Amino acid sequence: MEPILKVENLVKRYAKRGFGGASQDFLALDGVSFTLSAGATLAVVGESGSGKSTLASCTACLEKPTTGNLWFEGRDITQSSEIELRRIRPQIQLIFPDPASSLNPRWTILDIVVEPLILQGRLGRRERNTRAFSLLERVGLSADMAERSAVELSGGQRQRLAIARALTLDPKLLILDEALSALDCSVQAQIVNLLFELQDSLGMTFLFISHDLAMAAHLADEIAVMSHGRIVEHGPTMQILRRPNHEATKQLLAAVPRLSHTPWPATQR
Amino acid sequence: MPGEILGVLGESGSGKSTLAASVLRLLPSNGHIGSGAILFEGKNLLQISSRELRQIRGGRIALIFQEPSLALHPTLRVGEQARRVLAAHQSSPKNVLNDRTRQVFAQLFPQDTDRIMLSYPHQLSGGQQQRALIAQAIACNPVLLIADEPTAALDPVTQREILGVFRSLREKLGLAMIFITHNPALLAGFADRVLILYAGQVVEWGPAATVLDSPKHPYTKALFESLPTISAENEKNRKHKLPVIPGNSSPSSLPRKGCAFEPRCTLRMDVCREFEPALVKLGDGHIVSCFKYNE
Repeated sequence: MEPILKVENLVKRYAKRGFGGASQDFLALDGVSFTLSAGATLAVVGESGSGKSTLASCTACLEKPTTGNLWFEGRDITQSSEIELRRIRPQIQLIFPDPASSLNPRWTILDIVVEPLILQGRLGRRERNTRAFSLLERVGLSADMAERSAVELSGGQRQRLAIARALTLDPKLLILDEALSALDCSVQAQIVNLLFELQDSLGMTFLFISHDLAMAAHLADEIAVMSHGRIVEHGPTMQILRRPNHEATKQLLAAVPRLSHTPWPATQR
Repeated sequence: MPGEILGVLGESGSGKSTLAASVLRLLPSNGHIGSGAILFEGKNLLQISSRELRQIRGGRIALIFQEPSLALHPTLRVGEQARRVLAAHQSSPKNVLNDRTRQVFAQLFPQDTDRIMLSYPHQLSGGQQQRALIAQAIACNPVLLIADEPTAALDPVTQREILGVFRSLREKLGLAMIFITHNPALLAGFADRVLILYAGQVVEWGPAATVLDSPKHPYTKALFESLPTISAENEKNRKHKLPVIPGNSSPSSLPRKGCAFEPRCTLRMDVCREFEPALVKLGDGHIVSCFKYNE
């Protein structure tokens, strides 16, 4: 079956002007390739600066790669016109790490969820509100919170709201860029369970970008390890945990803080 | 205790940052310490003069916060900032201050000491910024370091490095530390004792190994169970829902009767709603605040 997402040799270079006019380019992505099957979860892990967030923004069509191709549902979106992109972008949604800065604090919760529907312009007011309420319920925010403003929500609730908003236009692919990092551990568990539910009921595909390898391993079918703009290792989750090959993977595994003393699969014979 | 690392574990709203700020009377103007005492080296910090407190803050007790970039002045080289902080606490001649500043930076940055000292904060990575702040913090030879989520903004590899720095400071300088975090896993193999906060109440504390391996309070147990753990035994739990604590933590804005965790506790009893649980000694220095253990 055709993978829902295929990334081929993605390169992203940022030009930086050094002092004295010398230009020093920063290579954020240095030839990244992978495929993602519909309904699956791929975790992309790596240290800060490994290129994970750049990968997220290129895949979400927020940035154009310098070279390389991105296929979404068989269509090369790097070659798509702006009109075509406008149709494709709603199907790939991005959730950010800091709920506080990605939600307008002066709007009500309902406003925030309804906005994409207004922009899309297909539904009337009553239908938009109905859909918005059902989405709020679906993410575990009760409908009677609809008139509250986003500032009043906790971190976990704000992230649920971000997910509700992301779901309004029926996306096929959700990119979670460190979406859980700012949340308390017990809240992370709640959001993860919501993600499992969404995947079960809606068949969503997730690209989970994180430096929390334990959570990534819990969620993902496959793990891709990034280092210095490249994928240095990629495989089924348990294989990566049990038999890590690359130094970057081993370093990440060793660095995971662990509560209990049961050894990681990697240390077992 | 001197040279001890105390881990304070609490999620949002638990009061952990308020606790840190209270120790040095750094609460915002609408914060008021009602009762209790904070004894430091035999003195009650809540009762000493502000002049004495100023000497202790930064001098005997140092503080490090979560976002290193917020504590570093953007237009001061990090070495210069540290030197000024030191100068505020020690009226020594300039060359003594310079030597001391260089000495602590060399401890935190054995290579590139001078280059780091001359750098501006934006030229340093998150981990380096935090190290620079640690250097600044230990320059005055404090006996206690309070760190409030010092590694939360850092990736795990850097996190591990910084924890290693703290451990070596304890070994080399006998520095005692209060390490505040919401991530229990950071405290394993790091803290000597652990204290668990929930909604402004201490629910459990004791030796780290004991509390982390066999937590007794329903909140602590539920919290640890909600963490994803990948091990051979737990492999079948992968891709399955994590056990969650029902409900949400509500802000402890109103003084309430009874146990703070009661609304969300699966083991709750009637008495839990009426009375604040007494402290129960479980042996080995492990104490829990829960009526379940009174029987």
